Amino acid sequence: MIITVASGKGGTGKTLVSSNLFRVLSKKKESVALIDCDVEEPNVMNFISHHLQKEIEVKEYRPAINTDKCVFCEKCAEYCSYNAIFCEPGAHYIRVIEELCHGCTTCSWACKFEAIDPSSTKVGMVSLYTHQDKVCLAEGKMEIGNHSAVSTIKAATATFDTSKYQYIIYDSPPGTSCPFMQTALKSDYVILITEPTPFGLSDLKQTIEILNIMKKPFGIIVNRSGLGDNGVYDYISDNKYCLLAELPYNQKIAELYSKGELIVDHLPKVNSLFEKLINEISNLNFSHFDGNSCN
Amino acid sequence: MEIAVISGKGGSGKSSISAAFISMLTNVVAIDCDVDASNLHLLFSPIWKNEYSFISGSYAVVNKDLCAKCGKCSRICSFHAIKTENDFPIIDEISCDGCQLCVHECPVSAIKMKKNDKSRIYIGQFKYGSMISGRLAPGEGNSGKMVNELRQLSWDMANDQQSDIIILDGPPGIGCSVISTITGVDKIVVVTEPSISGFSDLKRVITLLHHYDTSVYVIINKCSLNNEITDRIIQWCEDENVSVIATLPFSEEMVKSIVSRETIFEYNPNSEISKKLKIALTQIIN
Repeated sequence: MIITVASGKGGTGKTLVSSNLFRVLSKKKESVALIDCDVEEPNVMNFISHHLQKEIEVKEYRPAINTDKCVFCEKCAEYCSYNAIFCEPGAHYIRVIEELCHGCTTCSWACKFEAIDPSSTKVGMVSLYTHQDKVCLAEGKMEIGNHSAVSTIKAATATFDTSKYQYIIYDSPPGTSCPFMQTALKSDYVILITEPTPFGLSDLKQTIEILNIMKKPFGIIVNRSGLGDNGVYDYISDNKYCLLAELPYNQKIAELYSKGELIVDHLPKVNSLFEKLINEISNLNFSHFDGNSCN
Repeated sequence: MEIAVISGKGGSGKSSISAAFISMLTNVVAIDCDVDASNLHLLFSPIWKNEYSFISGSYAVVNKDLCAKCGKCSRICSFHAIKTENDFPIIDEISCDGCQLCVHECPVSAIKMKKNDKSRIYIGQFKYGSMISGRLAPGEGNSGKMVNELRQLSWDMANDQQSDIIILDGPPGIGCSVISTITGVDKIVVVTEPSISGFSDLKRVITLLHHYDTSVYVIINKCSLNNEITDRIIQWCEDENVSVIATLPFSEEMVKSIVSRETIFEYNPNSEISKKLKIALTQIIN
């Protein structure tokens, strides 16, 4: 089962939940893997001991224009949907604007003079790690300065053979656009983390709107409960969404988190909360998606 | 003057701090550049005056009557966005990047592009000036392009209302929408928090900012959660030649102000956070 831990709003506790969930599942001897898909700002490895096993470069296609063969017909520039090829036929000038290129290869199909050679650029890195002698951790990391996280997320989520693990957890990037959707795409279930504030509520609504379009079943965890208002709770109960758990607002949790500690190792109450969460998730049956209300 | 507030790590307090800055000013143009999770309007309840449709891109649609079931589109798609069902191509809108390769290469011209036009841009007025906010429709990508559009509008508005200050509330991360938010602005404020994660995210953002020749200011929020990491961040910033202009304590008042839909400066102008932010803003502007 692939579980994505996500939230529209940043800083609500995605990494907190995914890393502690991983820990509790590992302690129960479940076969579990955790992949950090927040490739712009990955943080999972700050919380779990690990040894580097392998690094895989993530590359994207880039066109290399051979100006000896190029007749400056501008067809490639015309075909490019991203304005990534600048051509000035009069001056016999042509250039690929790297930052705009999406690596789609359309230009090479457009060229009838074999003037475009395939090349590539490094856009990110996926690292595989062992934890307690098992290969079960992966981290995607986008190259700084690169625009799109999507290729690195795709590579990171393709790291492990799904059939070999009982659970694979994806720690999602924040937001509701392409990086989040790319992460959620392959998952069977989504755990949404929110906080009981107007910001948390607004971003939760947007994320749910997308998950409903993607037809992904989900449950909600309210983090820092006790600090804030009732808006999120009212919304969840009005729509009959599944409230999986509440993590209390507690200075101790914030302190442990800040030091890179796993809260389940220090707070027995939180540990049993995660145990309960696992029970709930393992009892879910989502072979048929029939909307997201709790029974 | 354009001041962008970004953070790398989400939830470190970008929106709360940009909102506090906004409420210390008058005749400001405020842009919410976090277009896939915009929040700024929640604190200011602007009166929206205009709504525009934003074309975020396009996606491919197959005309089944024309399709010859040759499977070429599915084979050549670089984004693996085309699967086949009973030999008919099925395009996954989420994976489709809008490159149009399939449109150009379909031997029977059975594929057309359809515009993504459900995203919206809103322009409104509020107590401190005008606000521009975007909302990317579910499934529509291209947040960087939308931020560029919001910024173009903000320049016109600043011109119209003779405002000399634009505050940009940025998105988290270091990707396309962040790059669109900070390119060409006058000042960049980076909000961080003293946690291992916050610190490692800060390092990646500052590395990104090395590509820019813009003044950078760091605000460390929620300092009292971990004084040791706060000190390490301050030391690191010193070594990197980045100025830390405020260290704010963790305060439940910050959350309470948001719950009552006020900025911390409106909620309690005499709080330590408000006072420190006021000094920081003066320093940024001058």
